Amino acid sequence: MDLGFVILVEMFYAVASLILISAGLAVVFGMMKVINLAHGEFMMMGGYATITAVNLGINVFVAMLIIAPLIVGLIGLVVERLVIRHLYGRLVDTMLATWGLSLVFIGLATMIFGNTTTGISTPIKGFTVGSYQVNGYNFFIILVTIAVLLLMLAVLKGTRAGLIARGTMQRSDMANALGYSPDRIYMATFFCGSALSGLAGAVLAPLVGLVPTSGGAYIAKAFITVIAGGPSLVTGLFASGTFFGALSQFFTFAISPVIGEVALLIGAVFLLRLLPQGITSKFFKGKL
Amino acid sequence: MQTSIRKDIITTLVVAAILLWIMPMLISTYTLTVLVIYGMLGLSLGLIWGFGGILCFGQAAFFGLGAYTYAIAAINFGESTLPMLLAVLVPAIFAAMLGAMMFYGRLTDVYLGVITLVVTLILFKFMNSTAGPQYVIGSAKLGGYNGIPGFQTLNVPGDPNAYIWGDNYFYICAVALLIVYLLVTWLLRSSFGRIAIGIRENETRLSLMGYDVAARKTVLFSIGAAIAGLSGALFANWGEIVTPSLFSLRQSAEIIIWCIVGGLGTRLGPIIGAAGLAYMKFMLGQQSLIDNTLITGLILVFFVLFLPKGIVPAVAGLWRVSFGRKRRSRGRQTRRTRTRGEANG
Repeated sequence: MDLGFVILVEMFYAVASLILISAGLAVVFGMMKVINLAHGEFMMMGGYATITAVNLGINVFVAMLIIAPLIVGLIGLVVERLVIRHLYGRLVDTMLATWGLSLVFIGLATMIFGNTTTGISTPIKGFTVGSYQVNGYNFFIILVTIAVLLLMLAVLKGTRAGLIARGTMQRSDMANALGYSPDRIYMATFFCGSALSGLAGAVLAPLVGLVPTSGGAYIAKAFITVIAGGPSLVTGLFASGTFFGALSQFFTFAISPVIGEVALLIGAVFLLRLLPQGITSKFFKGKL
Repeated sequence: MQTSIRKDIITTLVVAAILLWIMPMLISTYTLTVLVIYGMLGLSLGLIWGFGGILCFGQAAFFGLGAYTYAIAAINFGESTLPMLLAVLVPAIFAAMLGAMMFYGRLTDVYLGVITLVVTLILFKFMNSTAGPQYVIGSAKLGGYNGIPGFQTLNVPGDPNAYIWGDNYFYICAVALLIVYLLVTWLLRSSFGRIAIGIRENETRLSLMGYDVAARKTVLFSIGAAIAGLSGALFANWGEIVTPSLFSLRQSAEIIIWCIVGGLGTRLGPIIGAAGLAYMKFMLGQQSLIDNTLITGLILVFFVLFLPKGIVPAVAGLWRVSFGRKRRSRGRQTRRTRTRGEANG
């Protein structure tokens, strides 16, 4: 019974963290079709922003939920203006340029913070269930993920800004003719995507030791989740996150964490082979 | 066509001979060897990406697979001839299976990139976790994160005690690169190569003309993997150790950067890009003022933004602009005189 509860929490946590990792990329890649290979480094910078802010004496939740997204969003804004703006519509070129950017960020972080592991302690205490210890912070991550998903849904579906953004992504010439500047909308969307990446990196920072290269650990998982999700942004994210999270967690408990990771990757290869356009190209069609 | 291919081969041989003579005076052969090996690795991706239009994010997988195959086989056999052959065959077969799965599934660019990336990651993760004594192939321990050291390095075929190393090994690698280069030249001039370029340009059209696009892409992908496997085996011989970092994302990234910087759609570009950037990295490694990764990244961003075609096409274009007109007018003149001569005669 206790073990079942623990496994259930771990399962939810795995799904939640997968969705959280991928949310920023879902906006940047899913909506704007910009393959941002620097996504992992955006998360890494979110983590460093949090740790620096906490070391300066700022409350950890303020640092995680407000400061880190803002800083990473601003960095994203600069990157968009300097590099990515020139490459819209050139899929492979954006991919290569953002790969270069990721290397630049790794290099910068190494020069500023050094090639050592830094971290902060988790701000929420764990508790025991029966004879097992459960990390209380896992619940926080699950809550943040639910909030992020609901927020994305609300903004995209409920607000005028979301409507304009979705319209521009579909037909930027039409949006232009109706008097909106696609350039600005792209800029704003990229800001939001980067901010979400920063948030994810910040929230996960207390759980992992941060090194400048730790972005690389996220990028593949994030891409798999977003691409397997398919055309529907939020539904796809949720569906593929659940599928992969449950899959890898199952094998983690059954065999070992490494096999769990490998199972996730192999599952992705087969899923893409069977549904090359993603889960939501076949199921939940037309949902957001 | 016949004369031009002969001219092409002769030019290649002459340039290669001159380079083989001059380069060892400028750079130590130990460093040169790895530059040559990287050049071959660059060429392998340059072939399938530049001419076949297949963007493979996992060329490092075949490189690493070749190196690991060589190391494992060399420990088991105690000599190097058969392991070298296996190091070419195993990646080629692996790539043929992976390619068949992808191309018959009609996966295109992004999805292709992600799947090759994922396969590389799987290998990387798996090899990193094979530290325990239960992971053994024959008498070779896979060794996990530490890799496999101490295997038999290259020897003269038939005599396991006659090692090939130092300067001789450099010449072996250089000749291997030359042979591979000439084979690639021949392949691209054959009908297979031209159809491959046709597939890159317009896949639908070629399939409507009756060519089996998926099969041809699979074969090309497999050839690229074979070349990468060979370079991996040569690299294993050079470094005398294989580690999982051969499969890393960083390695894959570097191969792609070489191709972009050198120039896609050329045979020479990826080789020059690989050797040049690897040498630059070697030089940069000797200073600690600015981080190495930072510079690599800046170069990539710079090239994508300002010189997306790469160095070789840019230089060739410059050459054509500054010297081309003269030559073309002269050519027209000779042709005119020749026709006149023929008319007279």
